[in-house]
Amino acid sequence: MDILRISDLHLGFTIHGLARDVVKGVSLRVPAGKTVALVGESGSGKSVISQAIMGLLPRAGAITGGEILFRDPLAPENPIDIASLPAEGKEIRSLRGGRIGMIFQEPMSSLSPVHTIGNQIEEALQLHRPTPKPEARALIEAMLKRVGFKDPARAFGLYSFELSGGLRQRAMLAMALICQPALLIADEPTTALDVTIQAQVLDLMRDLQAEMGMAILLITHDLGVVANMADEVVVIYHGEIMESGPVEDIFRRPRHPYLKALLKASPHFDMEEGERLVALREARPRPPAAPRPAETVKPSGEAAPLLSVHGLRKAYTTGSRSFFGKGTQHTVLAVDDVSFDIQRGECLGLVGESGCGKTTVSKIVMRAVTPDAGTISFDDGRAQIDVLGLEGEDLRAFRPRVQMIFQDPVSSLSPRMTVMNILREPLAIHDKGSGGEQTARVKALMEDVGLDVRFLNRYPHSFSGGQRQRIGIARALALDPDLIICDEPVSALDVSVQAQILNLLKDLQAERGLTFLFISHNLAVVNYMADRIAVMANGRIVEIAPRHALFSRPMHPYTRALLKSVPFADLDRKLDFKLAAPGGASDASHWAPAFRRDPEGEALTHLALGEGHFVLARPGADIREMA
Amino acid sequence: MLLKYILKRILVMIPTLLITSALIFTVINLPEGDYFETLSAEMQAQGEKADLSRIEFLKKEYGFDRPVTERYFWWVAGLLQGDMGYSFEYQRPVREIVGDRLMLTMIVSFVTIIFTWIVAFPIGIYSATHQYSWGDYGLTFIGLIGLAVPHFLLALVFMYAANVWFGTSIGGLVDPQYLNQPMSWAKAASVLEHLWIPVIIIGAGGTAGMIRSVRANLLDELQKQYYVTARAKGLPPGKALRKYPLRMSLNFFVSDIGDILPSIVSGAEIVAIVLSLQTTGPLLIRALQSQDMYLAGSFLMFLSFLTVIGVLISDIALAILDPRIRLQGAATK
Repeated sequence: MDILRISDLHLGFTIHGLARDVVKGVSLRVPAGKTVALVGESGSGKSVISQAIMGLLPRAGAITGGEILFRDPLAPENPIDIASLPAEGKEIRSLRGGRIGMIFQEPMSSLSPVHTIGNQIEEALQLHRPTPKPEARALIEAMLKRVGFKDPARAFGLYSFELSGGLRQRAMLAMALICQPALLIADEPTTALDVTIQAQVLDLMRDLQAEMGMAILLITHDLGVVANMADEVVVIYHGEIMESGPVEDIFRRPRHPYLKALLKASPHFDMEEGERLVALREARPRPPAAPRPAETVKPSGEAAPLLSVHGLRKAYTTGSRSFFGKGTQHTVLAVDDVSFDIQRGECLGLVGESGCGKTTVSKIVMRAVTPDAGTISFDDGRAQIDVLGLEGEDLRAFRPRVQMIFQDPVSSLSPRMTVMNILREPLAIHDKGSGGEQTARVKALMEDVGLDVRFLNRYPHSFSGGQRQRIGIARALALDPDLIICDEPVSALDVSVQAQILNLLKDLQAERGLTFLFISHNLAVVNYMADRIAVMANGRIVEIAPRHALFSRPMHPYTRALLKSVPFADLDRKLDFKLAAPGGASDASHWAPAFRRDPEGEALTHLALGEGHFVLARPGADIREMA
Repeated sequence: MLLKYILKRILVMIPTLLITSALIFTVINLPEGDYFETLSAEMQAQGEKADLSRIEFLKKEYGFDRPVTERYFWWVAGLLQGDMGYSFEYQRPVREIVGDRLMLTMIVSFVTIIFTWIVAFPIGIYSATHQYSWGDYGLTFIGLIGLAVPHFLLALVFMYAANVWFGTSIGGLVDPQYLNQPMSWAKAASVLEHLWIPVIIIGAGGTAGMIRSVRANLLDELQKQYYVTARAKGLPPGKALRKYPLRMSLNFFVSDIGDILPSIVSGAEIVAIVLSLQTTGPLLIRALQSQDMYLAGSFLMFLSFLTVIGVLISDIALAILDPRIRLQGAATK
């Protein structure tokens, strides 16, 4: 039996008096107790469909045709056509939250910060199933326990900002499922979470589905998640269904060119050395066999590294400070004894989950944050510069050497400046050339990133995410830096655009002999980009190794957990969900004793395993035995 | 947790008030000369022979032969004991002069704040939930008129209208026969009869501004994901609006209380003069003109005190309203 059957659905939006169809005749079904994945990129109309099912379309949007039949297993003989219900009527409201639950991408903003978790869950319960207070409380606590809260009685009274991202999403699940809906709509439920947390939440969703028998409509752009979760797959592109069918057919025998291209555009672990991602559209024509300058890659040890970071340490103090100085203060070591070198022309990947300190490291290198201890030396070709000791004019002269590409292409470009002004600003700040020279330089930069120079007078809002990120790259290149710090440069982009940006970065690196510090939480992306990879957990680098060594012989339990949690877009390599540690992979108490700090013994050190492979462990531990 | 927070806020008030008092005293002492010089100059200009020995005596009496810092400390010490000093012009203690007016000022201010909120909130909510409708445009237009018309003009029009249609006496907050009378039911009724005019006039601009802020804040909050979540639960729109976005947009207004209190007390002087209200505004202007320094200084000090109290109230209300402030408390460094 199909819980949900959408046939020939048309959705239109009216913006500035112009009517536009965003969903053009979509048909799909969600069978009872099964998971159907709706896959597509941003703007494909997948979220709008979910809004239409919930009757939550924005004011400008409307259903212009077709039907959405919801067949409640409790009353299978009279299906309801949601498309024909009045938008704020009683019928649709009793379905919403009662029979159809929904969870969203951003667990932080989806929960009200000023109401307790318990209050918000109870509201959903009382609305659809009025229950006396004490019983309601017991029901909710049981639900909270089920979704993984260790102390449900306490969790009931917590606020969302007191929870981690993973726990927030669990609370959302509890809220969506408290009324035992027949259908759960999950709109990118794990996109904002770290990989290990993602594996846990996905696992929880599967368990709950097996227990409660609800159907899941999973909306996502991540083919890895789809391969691990879905029974059936529907691929949507520009408001039209490209391909749909059982997951086996879709992954083993993709027919539609779009789906084939999408599968090829996602970076994966089995890529050959030098293999190139196939972007749906390249940023620019490929340069004719760009020769990588021979001197760029030197075996480590021969020349002085471009950047040498040693013993960085940065502590943040949080918690309430009482008026008289003392109080419940917590000191968090955001960065703890971090050391690494980057050779000229190399790409060092820095991997870790949110909160591990990787962004703080990048800010310290940029001289935006001052560390408590440590040294950074930078080789500008003539002399070693003590980066942390720079002041005044020296610091200003150093700034152009290191530039940054940011994660969010929307907020990292000022909406009030034209592209011309954005790209010219760094040149103007550092007095590079006359006005005419600057304009010529800006035009050359636009060509370098494959954008039309006619776009220079436009404002950022008229560009897509990928184009904006290319503007960000052009800005970082403007001052001819030696080192570019890429802070999650593709994590806000769609898969197809992601491949385009990654290829562009690779080409630019080869042409200009750039050096990258590439920060990401996505191991597949780092695998594609980096020569060497450093893995960070709890402020420390736990393992650093050349790329192939890290992926073929990971030593540290944290690295292994990370590698095991990445969902592959491959049906033959499904995630082993049960491996993930309950407290997250960075919870050191689950690591083998050799990797934990011995309270009495010596501090942990980096043990050399040869070929530039180091792992953080107790001195004298026999790592080989554990491998 | 909350108690500690409140205690901390109160402790912070002490240095704030000390610094303000020093600033006020300095500013008041900045102009050339003092009240006595102004007085003798005025007397000479009017052809009277200044009684120099009397002025000398007064100067000594009030400590004007001492250094400024010493006078400052005596003033602060007096304030701490509730002694606001002595007004030269009125020849009476400041407390007596200000006392009556303070009561009236606080009544006017308080009623004005309530009036502003009662009018602005429903209109703002309507405007936000019916964005770009005719109702939204119409109410916005009326609000903008209220913001644009000068207050004193509005005051004159209202006074005239009230006198012609309701026979209310021109100006003042009470009928003349109750002036300087002890409070009685009849006097209270008379106050109420006069009160609505200044409340509407002083409140008009504030109301218009507040409608705009309610609308803007609520529009922001309506976009937020948690409102979608609330509706996805099946909450009726009205209930979802009240529980989530409205509550969040309250933060803004509560944190505004600190500004509202003193601005209404001190911002309405011109209207108060036009309407000849026996509030504190006109008194302050006159005192500043004649360099009646203890009157002006103590009064300004009172305004600062109101500000600080207002901020305290809004801080406490915010802490009660928003758990993020209560639980995360102090800023993270």
